[in-house]
Amino acid sequence: MPITLDEVRHVARLARLELTEDELRAFQTELDALLGHFQDLQAVDVTGVAPKPHAVALQNVLAEDVARFGLTRDQALANAPKSRAGLFLVPSIRED
Amino acid sequence: MSNKLGQLTATEIAAALQRREMSAREVAQAFLDVTDTYGAFLHVDAERTLAEADAAQARLDAGETSPLLGVPVAIKDNISTQGRPTTCASRILEGYIPPYDATVISQLHGAGMPLLGKTNLDEFAMGTSTENSAYAVCKNPWDPTRSPGGSSGGSAAAVSGGLAPISLGSDTGGSIRQPAALCGLVGFKPTYGRVSRFGLVAFGSSLDQIGPFGQTVADVAAISQVICQTDGLDNTSLPDAPLGAMDLANASVKGKRFALPRELMSDAVEANVRASIEQAIRTLEAAGATVDHVDLPSLSLGVSTYYVIAPAEASSNLGRFDGVRYGAREEAPGHVESLMATRGKKFGHEVKLRIMVGTYALSAGYYDAYYLRAQQIRGLMVAEIDALWGEYDAILSPTSPCVAFPLGGFSHDPMALKQMDFCTIPANMGGYPALSLPCGLADGLPVGLHLMGPVRGDERLLELAAGVERELGCAPLRPGLA
Repeated sequence: MPITLDEVRHVARLARLELTEDELRAFQTELDALLGHFQDLQAVDVTGVAPKPHAVALQNVLAEDVARFGLTRDQALANAPKSRAGLFLVPSIRED
Repeated sequence: MSNKLGQLTATEIAAALQRREMSAREVAQAFLDVTDTYGAFLHVDAERTLAEADAAQARLDAGETSPLLGVPVAIKDNISTQGRPTTCASRILEGYIPPYDATVISQLHGAGMPLLGKTNLDEFAMGTSTENSAYAVCKNPWDPTRSPGGSSGGSAAAVSGGLAPISLGSDTGGSIRQPAALCGLVGFKPTYGRVSRFGLVAFGSSLDQIGPFGQTVADVAAISQVICQTDGLDNTSLPDAPLGAMDLANASVKGKRFALPRELMSDAVEANVRASIEQAIRTLEAAGATVDHVDLPSLSLGVSTYYVIAPAEASSNLGRFDGVRYGAREEAPGHVESLMATRGKKFGHEVKLRIMVGTYALSAGYYDAYYLRAQQIRGLMVAEIDALWGEYDAILSPTSPCVAFPLGGFSHDPMALKQMDFCTIPANMGGYPALSLPCGLADGLPVGLHLMGPVRGDERLLELAAGVERELGCAPLRPGLA
């Protein structure tokens, strides 16, 4: 079943991407092509197969609990699009 | 201006520096003087490079003999460099200057290798042609109307075009090995975890690995000795990451056993590439190697599996680009609106597509059908491959099903471009070490032979590759000299 424009709009919202109507239609076509390609995965019998989430077996890694150098406040703020008084500046998230 | 040093390999330059036939500054200057007509570099800071070269010379003058001391290196622009821009070829990181070095950069500094600059790539390493760069078209030195491959196209074009003797790239599904093949270089992806990913801007964290481009196996082995180290800053770093002893000079293919999966020599491999690989196989057999055809059925699912897993991981990793702490920001009345506008306007099309695919595959109702299933098939694939290691030294195949293709040649069919990754993807799925080395020319353009070995088998794979390189006798392979 082809993906609908509303589904594309929903995914874009989840992904926090503001898209134009033209982009939404383009992604509808491209997502459809990719999802169609993924149909070959659905034909495989994976009963009882353990998922492999990583390239190699992961193990817990412990580090010594010692202080080490991090970034200074100035370094951390140096790349911020906006900062003031040692803080990152963002648009208000509450009604005044 | 052409560069006579462009005819030397990295190890030859290192030897010349040790013999005081030239200074580290002269070497760096010679490479900096070459005009970049290939769009290989996104950022160069000559003053800094020369200062690093002078520091290397001081170490040479003090009698230090570390292997690549004074040899300059080009760096893919998704590897963080303190004080030098790191853009990932994306508008969203325009102007970003990392406040720290990636671990590999600290290691290169430690080895006394001056940085020549930051190289072009597909935005966030997502692509197979370097055409997804937001900043510059990248051209193949063998034919500037063609792509150098991708995503590490700039690092490949820099070495192939004589702009750098050696370089680093990153490889998530073939992004070192495929451009190496298309540019006539050796490109090596070490075992996952042997090279620290700290400071590599994450794309698909379970697949990403940094690795080198060089003109010979000896070159990539030499720089791998520098960058394969255990790193406490990367929790997936292997505890036994450093490479053990290798004997490249006496390596031989005699008695070595290669497996050639039928799925990787399918009809999708173009006739000229197939002929070149078959010729290479006859040469190896004549030298005493055996090459057996094998069936690894799940490899035919590699592309689909990859294009679920890699975008899923990317959609999570790229969530950090919010226009708050670094990079570009689009202003909008509210925080979420600003976030969405920033990401919508500053990410390029392919990056947004992959974020969308990944978000979809991870979303409620689809997770089991796509992401979980892809992980299970990843498990099947790795089990099929692992069953071969008792019997074979390496899995052999083409690196790319075609030679370098015209720029823009796939703009009408992006899926066809994605499908070309099928020979390189399996190595990332299982974390296997793998490399591409030149095996000749087809219609005047380089063909890459792909070798993959078992996890932690990097040393034996490099030795085997050195043996193959000697038998095939075509490296270094340089445009204009063939």
